Amino acid sequence: MTLMDHLIFFPVLLPLLAGILLMLPPLHGDLARQRVLAVAVNASLLLVALVLLGQSLTHGPQMYMMGNWQAPFGIALVNDTLAAVMLVLTAILAIAAHLYACAGDDSKGPFFQPLFMFQLMGVNGAFLTNDVFNLFVFFEILLIASYSLLIHGGGKQRTQAAVHYVLLNLAGSAMFLFGLGMIYASFGTLNMADMAYKVAHLSDENIELAKSGGLLLLVVFGLKAALLPMHFWLPRTYAYTSTPVAALFAIMTKVGIYSIWRVHTAIYGDHAGELSGLAINWLWPLALMTLVAGIVAVLASQTLKMLAANLVIVSAGTLLVTIALNTPEATAAGLYYLIHSTLLSAALFLIAGLIQEQRAQAQDRFVKGRPVSQPMMIGSFFFIAALGLIGMPPFSGFIGKILILQASSSVLEASWIWAPLLLSGLTAMLMLSRAGSTLFWRAAGQPAQETRANPLQVSAIVILLACSPLMVIFAGPLSDLTVIAAQQLHKLPQAIVVATEVTP
Amino acid sequence: METLYAICVGAITTGGVFLVMRGYTFAVVLGLTLLSYAVNLFLFASGRLVINGAAILGESEQYADPLPQALVLTAIVIGFAMTAFALILALRARSDLGNDQVDGKTEIHDELPQKVRRQGGDDK
Repeated sequence: MTLMDHLIFFPVLLPLLAGILLMLPPLHGDLARQRVLAVAVNASLLLVALVLLGQSLTHGPQMYMMGNWQAPFGIALVNDTLAAVMLVLTAILAIAAHLYACAGDDSKGPFFQPLFMFQLMGVNGAFLTNDVFNLFVFFEILLIASYSLLIHGGGKQRTQAAVHYVLLNLAGSAMFLFGLGMIYASFGTLNMADMAYKVAHLSDENIELAKSGGLLLLVVFGLKAALLPMHFWLPRTYAYTSTPVAALFAIMTKVGIYSIWRVHTAIYGDHAGELSGLAINWLWPLALMTLVAGIVAVLASQTLKMLAANLVIVSAGTLLVTIALNTPEATAAGLYYLIHSTLLSAALFLIAGLIQEQRAQAQDRFVKGRPVSQPMMIGSFFFIAALGLIGMPPFSGFIGKILILQASSSVLEASWIWAPLLLSGLTAMLMLSRAGSTLFWRAAGQPAQETRANPLQVSAIVILLACSPLMVIFAGPLSDLTVIAAQQLHKLPQAIVVATEVTP
Repeated sequence: METLYAICVGAITTGGVFLVMRGYTFAVVLGLTLLSYAVNLFLFASGRLVINGAAILGESEQYADPLPQALVLTAIVIGFAMTAFALILALRARSDLGNDQVDGKTEIHDELPQKVRRQGGDDK
């Protein structure tokens, strides 16, 4: 075996080792050295993710057995196009959020850098794993890192938001385990490929158990993805945490979406006989209501960070609609939209952070206050991010929305989807233009103090914003990529059964 | 045996769910602990209950499924860490926010006498 064979494990291994190193003497307490190591790790993660993406395109899905245990018994990591795309997205987001943090946010507590690494380890692991129990373990890793990152820096509001977030997610973890117990009791396996294989051959007495287990997992993933009755934790958590952490958390709701794809689209998919489409009937109304609730919340936002957080709910609702559509085309459109919305909502959080710093007491509230000290630069950043999030041409939001509308046009429920989807664009435009005109034009007096944005902060925002036009220029290859990923996902069961010859 | 086991798990879960819905962080943490106990028992039963069966092949006539035991072990470790974190966070919230309500507000949600709550709760 060469090093390349083990490459699949690197997105988990690198941040783990880096996180440990960052807490040991030569690096601990020396922020400058910590930053250098963390930047290097982030860059190599992007490199590894790109190589993995290339491998998955040339060789198809690849499986990596941890410790060389035999297929359905050991823990498997799978690198298919969908996982590789998510890894690349995480790496880009991490580089930007980390650069922004290096401008000073990481000095407010001693453990920011290691926690950031452990967070990446959990997210990457959740994307790669092919074992539902292992998915739970990686969820816990990313959660415990996110709990600590959330209260990083301290403060009343953060503690309050953290109590909600932590308690809700602990209850969610308990439900996850209950669901896994039911799944193991009915399937007799926790390997996703094996489950997908066995789902059609379950005995009658086990079907109800498998159904309850699957629906319990939907509740847990829905909690992560901000599905309607469980989205109330999101706005305050995202709005009150520190800026780079909020930007990094943009990937967290997407982990929930991704898990629904893996479990409910692939395992409980069309081939699952009596259990096929288990989640769809629930997802239809809930996804549309999430979208509507997000629209209402967007209209009621009082600060730019709150607005950005509510736009995350809107994008979660949109993505859940594409899952409910349950066709490869819709999944492909959803994946394109997911990449776009993750990068741009992270950018909006970072811009809001800059505005907060420069407007003194007025912070990012939509009130008349002192002007920002760099109105031209921040204003144009805001303008680009806003156009992208609204879905105006020539930015990526436009193509994302068009793809989703196209994918849904042939379905009977098209009118149900088009109205809220287009309405969400209109409300985003309304609120973002109100936000922009208040923050940049309704200003009085002199800038509070000569705070200049740190070059690291500026470059972080530029990286994220540059992705939007790039996604338009390379829309052709990128949407081909998403189509391949979606087809692999929908045909995953058969593909993996063939690839590893899992015997029932 | 299955019935008794199921009733036990059900009773602990009920207690856990009831406590999780309380308004005080301490009760909620206790509830989460109970829930994690219930989960551990539930996971253990997911491999079906076997009497007099070793989890190693060839040690006895019958054998038990070893995987749920490994799962329970993992779940216990993670549960411990999470409970410890939740407790510390609850203490921090108590000192940061000046009360032990889950929503951080000083309103009294339970029927405890207000005096008792004031002594421990309101410290502006």
